Amino acid sequence: MTEDDLDPNRRHFLAVATAVTGIVGVTAVAVPFISSLKPSARAQALGAPVEVPIGSLGPGEMIRVLWRGKLVFVLRRTEEMLSRLAANIENLRDPDSAEVEQQPDYAVNDTRSVRPEYLIVEGSCTHLGCAPLEDFDVRPAENWGGGFFCPCHGSKFDLAGRVFKGVPAPTNLRVPPHRFVRDDLILIGQDSGAA
Amino acid sequence: MVKFKNIASLVIVSTYLFTTQGLAASAGVELESADIDPSNIHSLQRGAANFMNYCSGCHSAKYVRYETIGKDLDLSEKMLVDNLMFNAERTFETIQASMPSDDAAQWYGTTPPDLSLMARAKGADYIFNFLKGFYVEAESPTGVNNIVLPGTSMPHVLWELQGYQSAHIENHENDDGSVTTTFEGFEQMTPGMMDSEDYDKFVRDTVNFLAYIAEPIRGFRVMLGKWVIMYLIFFLIIARMLKKQIWKDVK
Amino acid sequence: MAKIEVEVGKSKGGFMKWIDDRFPFTETMRYHVTEYYASKNFNFWYVFGVLAFVVLFIQLFTGIFLTMNYKPSAAEAFSSVEYIMRDVEWGWLIRYMHSTGSSFFFVVVYLHMFRAMLYGSYKKPRELIWIIGMLIFVVLMAEAFAGYLLPWGQMSYWGAQVIISLFGSIPWVGDALVEIIRGDYSISDITLNRFFALHVIALPLALIGLIFVHIVALHEVGSNNPDGIEIKSNKGADGVPLDGVAFHPYHTSKDLVAIIIFLIIFFSVVFFAPDMGGYFLEHANFEPANLTATPEHIAPVWYFTPFYAILRAVPDKLGGFILFGLSVVIPLFLPWLDRARVKSIRYRGWIYKSALSIFVVTFLVLGWLGTMPADPLYVLAARVFSVIYFAFFILMPYYTTIDKTKPVPDRVVYHG
Repeated sequence: MTEDDLDPNRRHFLAVATAVTGIVGVTAVAVPFISSLKPSARAQALGAPVEVPIGSLGPGEMIRVLWRGKLVFVLRRTEEMLSRLAANIENLRDPDSAEVEQQPDYAVNDTRSVRPEYLIVEGSCTHLGCAPLEDFDVRPAENWGGGFFCPCHGSKFDLAGRVFKGVPAPTNLRVPPHRFVRDDLILIGQDSGAA
Repeated sequence: MVKFKNIASLVIVSTYLFTTQGLAASAGVELESADIDPSNIHSLQRGAANFMNYCSGCHSAKYVRYETIGKDLDLSEKMLVDNLMFNAERTFETIQASMPSDDAAQWYGTTPPDLSLMARAKGADYIFNFLKGFYVEAESPTGVNNIVLPGTSMPHVLWELQGYQSAHIENHENDDGSVTTTFEGFEQMTPGMMDSEDYDKFVRDTVNFLAYIAEPIRGFRVMLGKWVIMYLIFFLIIARMLKKQIWKDVK
Repeated sequence: MAKIEVEVGKSKGGFMKWIDDRFPFTETMRYHVTEYYASKNFNFWYVFGVLAFVVLFIQLFTGIFLTMNYKPSAAEAFSSVEYIMRDVEWGWLIRYMHSTGSSFFFVVVYLHMFRAMLYGSYKKPRELIWIIGMLIFVVLMAEAFAGYLLPWGQMSYWGAQVIISLFGSIPWVGDALVEIIRGDYSISDITLNRFFALHVIALPLALIGLIFVHIVALHEVGSNNPDGIEIKSNKGADGVPLDGVAFHPYHTSKDLVAIIIFLIIFFSVVFFAPDMGGYFLEHANFEPANLTATPEHIAPVWYFTPFYAILRAVPDKLGGFILFGLSVVIPLFLPWLDRARVKSIRYRGWIYKSALSIFVVTFLVLGWLGTMPADPLYVLAARVFSVIYFAFFILMPYYTTIDKTKPVPDRVVYHG
């Protein structure tokens, strides 16, 4: 027997080294397989920004568009609608849009919009993703100044997509990145750079 | 002795596997090597321009996105839009032909094939020789025929560059009465804008680009492969040491 | 105080005892891993079983990820493969691993089968392991064939056309059978859809089931070895075979080395030559299936070509089909065709050694002929080698009886 025969330390060291190297390899292999589950180049291409012409949108009217397969509401608010936004502040969970995830910086204001007239929010309830219904009627008896109502679990949002207190939805409706290309054309999904 | 036998068998098996299955040469014409260099980015850029100017009118490359080309060939978005994207508006779009395929089918009798994978299907040499192989034949509807793909319905799109050439095709009657046709070479009839050296280079760049779009990931694949093999060799050394250590007490 | 009862094959306490009282985990691990004894003199040829397992794992794993992006319809199949190759992040790697894996599956399985022929691993008491193994081989061929249609390229389409048409040569039921296989009057979207079902569900399930039985049967009788000696007939006082070493850690550490060497070769192909010069990914298959034009030269993928050459050697449709089928099935009878008293080639005489060498050459030449065009000279050669192929099996009872064997030692040969 030579000296290094059956050296338990050496054997232990080698076993650990082999195991560690193997784990490194398996982890490295996991990267491409998990990455392959991300949206593909085609999904990204299909999820490209969409242009929405708003020239024919009258005051008080709303249109629904799709961006990345997600519903987006484009609502042209009247002066009267905008004036109602301040009325119910104390019943809102996040009246100042403090939750940074829910809108780009340029939509952190009293109307949650770039131009006060136009509200652009994702039509996806922040509770579990149902599409809220518009309910623009004013019903003072119910303390309702118009807004959105989610039929699934009863969440309520005002005309700036801000969530009311005491409903399941935790946050305001999300404002997608967007910008005005012209006065009558908005681009949803992109806020800077070339079209 | 046993070891020797093992190695011998492995050699047999691997020779069997590694012998390349050649691409069938058409019409018995020896294909000249395209001699492309996939790492030559300038050649690929010129090839991309050639493709967009001369091919994309009729041929699509519908699996290839402009942004992939831009990223791999070091072209900015502006360069893509200004110089390459004649049929597209956004960089994530794929390369479509300008000509509607229904019209093409009517004019040429067949839809011009998509070129995304042509270099993998036919080989770079084939396309290189095809683009150099047009010769004048009066009876043909397009006025030309091709030495690599006889009877092709594709006209000689590059005639301005190459000019027109004629082919020396000789028929030898064999003793048994059958006829053997041999191709003896081309002769320039009318000169083009390019001399034959420049034209070769033009075609080579174009074929290089076609080979690139057939597998855009190729460069990265080979680069990554080297790292993977290096890791595995390291792993092998450690695992082999562990095996020796564990087997020490086996007598 | 309660007495702690320790049964054989059960843990003394803690979490593992809780498990073992409900599921024979420790017992199974002992029986199949830590106390499964296999001969210490395993050589190069004994790694291919484990490697087949590794390839199976690669195929199942990459296959699941491919299924997430592949579309089994005639209109979309070809495009969806290119979508995987280009648009899905890392999709190219997953696809190349799967396409390379299919070829390597056959490389490994052929070598695994050749090992059995070298050392008589199919002989008593391992006949059943061999039979199950042959079933695995046939299912694997079906699996590969079904999978080859899925990319919907020219070779996929016309290769399937040729092989499915073969079944039409069966008298009486042939035409009906072909229609049942295709589900249409030609190979179509419907055929593709059902081949997809077979490829991703039915055949893999059959494969996994058969492989499980293959291993259970193997562990019942124990592994053969290069000397063809039953190590269980030489046990020490502790009941452990004197020439055996435990599967873990001895054979596992050895197999790990083999697996890494295999992976080096495997990934060299994946990264540096995924087409393998047109053998693993055929050139014509980069063109979408065109129902109006057959490729100039059509041949099956390399792993089917030995059998395909035999098929083409016969100038009769039904006869070709029968010989083709026989050539695949005939090795099943090896345990009864081989009459030699020894198992291993080490103790066989010159006749069997020559016969096996000629057989290997024949198989390789047939494989090469199967890739070549059907020129008269090649067809003639294919006929000659087909005869040799069958002669190897049919004459085996005779030449293995007269072959002079050498005496087999009591213990395995091991040089440390």
